Amino acid sequence: MPAMLQRDEWKAFSDFLALAAAALCVIVGLILALAGEDRVIAFHGCLLLGAAGLAFLFILTQIVEKKEPRDATGYADGVIRAGVIATVFWGLAGFLIGDIIAWQLAFPVLNLDLPWTNFGRLRPVHTSAVIFAFGGNALIATSFYVVQRTCRARLAGRWSPWFVFWGYQLFIVLAATGYILGVTQSKEYAEPEWYVDLWLTFVWVVYFLVFIATIAKRREPHIYVANWFYLAFIVTIAMLHIVNNLAVPISLVSSKSYIIYSGVQDAMTQWWYGHNAVGFFLTAGFLGMMYYFVPKRAERPIYSYRLSVVHFWSLIFIYIWAGPHHLHYTALPDWAQTLGMTFSIILWMPSWGGMINGLMTLSGAWDKLRTDPVIRMLIVAVAFYGMSTFEGPLMSIKSVNALSHYTDWTIGHVHSGALGWVAFITFGALYCLVPWLWHRKALYSQRLVEWHFWIATLGILLYITSMWVSGILQGLMWRAYDSQGFLEYSFVETVEAMHPFYIIRATGGLLFVIGSLLMAYNLWRTVRGDEPVDAADQPRVAAAPEFRPGEYVAPAE
Amino acid sequence: MDWAKHQIIETSSILLLVGILIVVAIGGLVEIAPLFWLSSTIEKVQGMRPYTPLELAGRDIYVREGCYLCHSQMIRSLKDEVERYGHYSLAAESMYDHPFQWGSKRTGPDLARVGGKYSDEWHRAHMTDPRAVVPESVMPGYPFLAKRELDYRNIDQNLNALRIEGVPYTDEDIKDAKADIELQAGGGDAEGLKAFLARYPKAQVRSFDGDPSYVSELDAVIAYLQMLGTLVDFAKFDAEGPNLR
Repeated sequence: MPAMLQRDEWKAFSDFLALAAAALCVIVGLILALAGEDRVIAFHGCLLLGAAGLAFLFILTQIVEKKEPRDATGYADGVIRAGVIATVFWGLAGFLIGDIIAWQLAFPVLNLDLPWTNFGRLRPVHTSAVIFAFGGNALIATSFYVVQRTCRARLAGRWSPWFVFWGYQLFIVLAATGYILGVTQSKEYAEPEWYVDLWLTFVWVVYFLVFIATIAKRREPHIYVANWFYLAFIVTIAMLHIVNNLAVPISLVSSKSYIIYSGVQDAMTQWWYGHNAVGFFLTAGFLGMMYYFVPKRAERPIYSYRLSVVHFWSLIFIYIWAGPHHLHYTALPDWAQTLGMTFSIILWMPSWGGMINGLMTLSGAWDKLRTDPVIRMLIVAVAFYGMSTFEGPLMSIKSVNALSHYTDWTIGHVHSGALGWVAFITFGALYCLVPWLWHRKALYSQRLVEWHFWIATLGILLYITSMWVSGILQGLMWRAYDSQGFLEYSFVETVEAMHPFYIIRATGGLLFVIGSLLMAYNLWRTVRGDEPVDAADQPRVAAAPEFRPGEYVAPAE
Repeated sequence: MDWAKHQIIETSSILLLVGILIVVAIGGLVEIAPLFWLSSTIEKVQGMRPYTPLELAGRDIYVREGCYLCHSQMIRSLKDEVERYGHYSLAAESMYDHPFQWGSKRTGPDLARVGGKYSDEWHRAHMTDPRAVVPESVMPGYPFLAKRELDYRNIDQNLNALRIEGVPYTDEDIKDAKADIELQAGGGDAEGLKAFLARYPKAQVRSFDGDPSYVSELDAVIAYLQMLGTLVDFAKFDAEGPNLR
């Protein structure tokens, strides 16, 4: 009895805390809405006010009705289902905006010459939507799924996981509307202004606490390798985000701030952040995803435990050093450039350690590449990861970088990682997760997955090959000399030469969007519970766990 | 090697967390921290000064519109770049840039030394409709800048925030910030002008958008573009001297 009482007290305390936090946010929102010095912060105050007000009312009704949100599996899966839906939604939005701005570069009239539709304001909407909204939601959702299954523990916290989810969506909306209305810090991939950064910091700290507390109460002696990567991602992103975004706002009720660093120090800090947003958000986090979903789907254990230990520690140690390769031949001191280049080249090895561990997990089951398009998506993702982590060290070499920097080659490189690796591993995970989370016997249609795979792959190939050609072409044109010893091309001649490649690139992007529309349709039909059209062709593992009794379970589920 | 020893770490969430924290902190500490105390990082040059309030307002609009996404402000020390754009950029030239605007992509040309290369008329026509002056350009048009009145009610707050971060604005600079904007855009007397130029040497004073009736956002943007790369006196800069890094 006393134990029961204690649990009730604890629950009441957490309810009170959630209510108090929501009320506090209502007050802050009200202050910003009324006293905001510019219209954007007043608008954002209204958004915070509305969101926190709704949260307050919702919590209140839950307490009054004494609802117990319990999932049949004993795991907190509701928040993961929400995360899956958000991932698909933001993915579509981010890809679509990306393709729109790709067409803008081919046909500038599409800018419409309005402040809210010009390339300069939409480009951060695209990058933030795909990295933070699509990628971030995918990471939060899968990390919540993986940490519960591999720890055999319910997610820690009563309200906290839902605060992480909704708080993160609010962050995305604040950031994106801010960019469109002209509120940005101008630091790439760290564009949100100071107050949005603060909000993200709160959300992220709660995310970290939920994750580490779930690990702490695990019923497995070992912490599974996927969780090492997720934890490194969460912790390092917190460090990078806080240090890179230190700023002085011009007033506490203004959206404008100035970053505390200037010039060369700011450049170094920004690319320490920027490259590790790639290294920890887009690599470590998604490697966590790989380490769960590849062995799970292939029904094979991870290829090498030792390799995972070695490449985990070396990857997170070496990545942090690679930032200066974004600043070759600039005013950054040479010692820092050389250090950055050296570590970038070394980074090739731990990166390929991850690739090998992922690919070789398929040993003895290679035939699944032919029969299961979901595992093909996961494995092609790992192959793209291997390709871009070879290309990256190559481009970090100073003499190669002299040609590639400032050109589309960089854009192509980023997209072979973003589309080929990040998006494909996420698509694979989503195709696994939806039947598992919604308790379905199979995906609605495996044939649609085939179509998605091939259309998207073709799109990626068009994208990266056109960007290789345009990037290298432009780099060569900039440095071309005529027989008299003069620069051969004016700048605008090199812009003109890009035109056909921009059309090819935008076409590739369009194919990628079409592929993800097919995915959204397929997942929606699966969620709705429609009878699968080709259940017999799908592997057993496509079904939710309760429909495949008595099978070998690895890793823990 | 005894691989079982790693189990000590992977069975303790605290050890794993601490291990990660230590491992990821090292690289940044080694690469970033020295830049703040190695005096060779930023060259000693003559001519650098903080932005005038109008230039700063223009810079804020440059940031707001995302210009940095297509234009770099960093001429690398490569032969073709120096011939195309001018002297390679020095660290000192962005010492008052919070945040830096070096950029990462050149969909359009570098702007580090664009100041004085084109006339105000050219900039006006180009900002309103880029393809009117450069038919092959893919730049968006910014016709709204000329129509919008510059909002500088709180510009002193902007200067003040920068001063907190170490930009050497004086009390007078902050007190006169609003008046300085009107003055630089062509609406001041000779006496005020002299004092203004003493505080901001080499500042250019005129109606940049050609319409002196009000200070527009275009005034601020052109004022900013026309001063880019014009401050440092390269006749007096000795790359071989004590500045050599």
